[in-house]
Amino acid sequence: MLSFAIKRLGVAILVALTVSVITFSMIYLSGDPAMALAGEAATADDIANIREFYGYDRPILVQYLDWLFRALQGDFGQSHYLKTDVASVIFERLPTTMLLGACAISFALILSIPLGVISAIRPNSLIDRISLTIAVVGQAMPSFWFALTLMLWFGINWRLLPITGTSSWLNFIMPSIALGYYVTPGVMRLTRAGMLEVLASDYIRTARAKGLRPLRVLFKHALRNAILPVVSLAAVQFGFMLGGSIVIETIFAINGLGFLAWESIQRADLPMMQAIVLVLSVFYILLTFLADMINAFLDPRIRVT
Amino acid sequence: MSQTTTPPSGARPDEKILEPTPGAQLRRRIFGNTGLVIGASVLLVIFFVAAFAGVISPGDPYDQVLSRKLIPPIWHDSPNVTWDHPLGTDSLGRDYLTRLFYGARISLFIGFAAMLISGVIGTTLGVLAGYFGGRVDMVVNFILTTRLSLPVILVALAVVSLIGSSLYVVIWVLGLLIWDRFAVVMRAATLQVRNLEFVSAAQALGCSTWRIILSEIMPNIANHLIVVATLEMAHAILLEAALSFLGLGVQPPEPSWGLMVSEAKGLMFFDAWLITIPGAAIFALVLSINLLGDGIRDVTAPENRN
Amino acid sequence: MARPILEVENLCVDINVPSGVLRAVQNISFSVARGETLCIVGESGCGKSITALSLMNLLPGTAHRSAGKLVLDGQDLGNLREREMSDLRGNAMAMIFQEPMTSLNPAYSIGNQLEEAMRRHRNVSAAEARDRAVFLLEKVGITGARSRLGQYPHQLSGGLRQRVMIAMSLMCEPALILADEPTTALDVTIQAQILHLLAELRDEFETSLILITHDLGVVARVADRVAVMYAGEFVETGTAEQVFNAPSHPYTQGLLRCIPIPGKTKRGTHLGAIAGIVPNLVGRLEGCHFASRCPHVHGACRSGELALRPAFEKSHHYRCVLSPKDCADNLKAGVAA
Repeated sequence: MLSFAIKRLGVAILVALTVSVITFSMIYLSGDPAMALAGEAATADDIANIREFYGYDRPILVQYLDWLFRALQGDFGQSHYLKTDVASVIFERLPTTMLLGACAISFALILSIPLGVISAIRPNSLIDRISLTIAVVGQAMPSFWFALTLMLWFGINWRLLPITGTSSWLNFIMPSIALGYYVTPGVMRLTRAGMLEVLASDYIRTARAKGLRPLRVLFKHALRNAILPVVSLAAVQFGFMLGGSIVIETIFAINGLGFLAWESIQRADLPMMQAIVLVLSVFYILLTFLADMINAFLDPRIRVT
Repeated sequence: MSQTTTPPSGARPDEKILEPTPGAQLRRRIFGNTGLVIGASVLLVIFFVAAFAGVISPGDPYDQVLSRKLIPPIWHDSPNVTWDHPLGTDSLGRDYLTRLFYGARISLFIGFAAMLISGVIGTTLGVLAGYFGGRVDMVVNFILTTRLSLPVILVALAVVSLIGSSLYVVIWVLGLLIWDRFAVVMRAATLQVRNLEFVSAAQALGCSTWRIILSEIMPNIANHLIVVATLEMAHAILLEAALSFLGLGVQPPEPSWGLMVSEAKGLMFFDAWLITIPGAAIFALVLSINLLGDGIRDVTAPENRN
Repeated sequence: MARPILEVENLCVDINVPSGVLRAVQNISFSVARGETLCIVGESGCGKSITALSLMNLLPGTAHRSAGKLVLDGQDLGNLREREMSDLRGNAMAMIFQEPMTSLNPAYSIGNQLEEAMRRHRNVSAAEARDRAVFLLEKVGITGARSRLGQYPHQLSGGLRQRVMIAMSLMCEPALILADEPTTALDVTIQAQILHLLAELRDEFETSLILITHDLGVVARVADRVAVMYAGEFVETGTAEQVFNAPSHPYTQGLLRCIPIPGKTKRGTHLGAIAGIVPNLVGRLEGCHFASRCPHVHGACRSGELALRPAFEKSHHYRCVLSPKDCADNLKAGVAA
């Protein structure tokens, strides 16, 4: 287990470093960042001043290492637009997005795991068909359109839920559904496929041959094994969701990281964009690492070696 | 001994079961698969509409007639409705049906082109990883993990905003970002095939690696490739719509469906159909492509169902 | 002979398959006495595993079981509800499966899985169940039993896992154990040990054993009585001696010619083979099921229902149109050739 963890951690760190290189090089996509920053009316002197002020005149490797070491200490520099510390803005917005993500993934798991299990126990039943339809439809629905449609019905036509903002927990219902719904098909299909495979396995037959009650066979012997890949998927999807929150937060005007990202993109606020991409990527890497560890802990074949 | 080696007497007629011919079985699987039929039909209609948008459209997608703006679609109970604009007009007085038709072109083109780019990248990486294994596999896996840890929409938005948005920028950015599923599936499929006898036979005959990959491996993983290609095309269409919705995809006045929803966002409380119609169009297109992909998977590999 | 532990009459299993109804088991009848071993022999696909699963009522959902009589230790199994049936499984009757590598749940320690079998049926404490598990693990020849309880299936070899499965089947002292090819997946050296162990435990705990196998060598070692199964039917039943010394059905004769018998098969002779394949069991088969592969086939074999008929000795039956004398002649001719 320990060697497994160390190996995984090593890979995670390498991936994070690679991501940091990619994120860093993003600012050079537009050509000269100083020129982009200065705007069209700037003189050559202005540009040179900006270049010196932000350190764009140093060798790229030095710039990168400087940026990386500062980032490691939690210093992502100054926002070009807000003229404040990038890190403090990000960590101010992060909890909202995490809360939204947590609500969304909970919604998705609570909906999809039971449906997946029931579909596997009764393949081709009505519930199986309904969940399959939900899955197929869910994968085809553009998230922004689904969000707007929810807003239209629950917010405007029926006036059941507040449309925008984060003033109460009611504000989180629609965004969580809109964000989480997109994840349900994958989790449901994986749960169903995993359960079908496990239920057909020899050890389930053994459990039944012991005379165990159906529910015990299902929950103790089947679900425990079928849930392993679902844990990984849920972690991965949670990471994707944080990225996808940009759409949902923009629509529902939720003051989280996604909304901040969209604003920063609109304002061409490079340090902010960089930092958000890096934070979300590293968070994703951490999540998958954690999922690996949970999996290893749940699976004695990895835990006990 | 002679007795036991006597050839068995012929099978009795009553043992024979009337088996349908393979062709009939295939047809039954195709037409028994309603999803495949529906998906293919809808996709065909959308494709037709996109191809002949110039002929069948009632108007011009860019023509603004401000005096005729925000006419509702004909099923609405309003004195303004007219058969000149079956789906009404948008806030600039452009015919919505025409824009919808031309929008199909954009979606299909971006979806297909981005899928091609990502398909080439992902398939190359996946097949190499699956065929060579070992170090190559490790490197590809590392690239894949790195790619997966970058949030797609965010990176796409940032990159598009930095280099400036255009149809081709969107295509390339999406193509370079969404090859992950191609790589994963192609790697797994290649792993399955590479140890089969005919590959070993080709190796034993001294065929070059490229020849083996191209003429022995590729044909045998083509069905997986087609399935992933459809799913990724749908994925690219959804992403383009999201980018355009956020204002960083296809730029106005192009009639992208995502952009149409975005433009109508402010009016949704008054004229909900403005977002319902293009949204439904994206939904129908993506759904039909997904149904087609699922259907192809079922037909080519029935054991993979569930 | 005392009252039998298990009595089965006219057991049938039909399985719904896309092309129709597969008649996997057709009208088989047998009984097993206390402490007795019945071997059901046949090639793969003949329905012997389905027979075992149907006795446990563990058939897949597409299968349907029917029986004229199905009595275990005085209790009628035929119309038990699933809930009542599950009270008997692992309790009055237990089953050992062919695949020790996959028959144990990888997520739980073997101690957990052993104790669970007992705590389900007996009102015992965890400590008592653990003691029973240790006792049985020692019985099945696992050293350091107590420390093994915390181990997981992946840490054990196939032979050890099968020993664990055997111990698990014995947790509640069942009257009957069904062993479905328990040694097939194991190394040859381990096979003999496991077989020996099964026979030993059967004697020690006075358990009846139904051993399902395609391996006549196994049968010769442990069987009291033998039922030869072909294409869903019993084609010959009798004591082990009767079936081995005077095989009557052409299929049994063919099978026995396929294996070397110590002291009987002479050096240098060729072993036989049965040509052809098992008939498709979907739909109704007329006449003798073995007719398509039988070396002695003739017109009378192709039609009508064949019943099991007595051979020379009492309790020895076979299903063939040929008379006992013809069968004996065939046997001699076959051995001579």
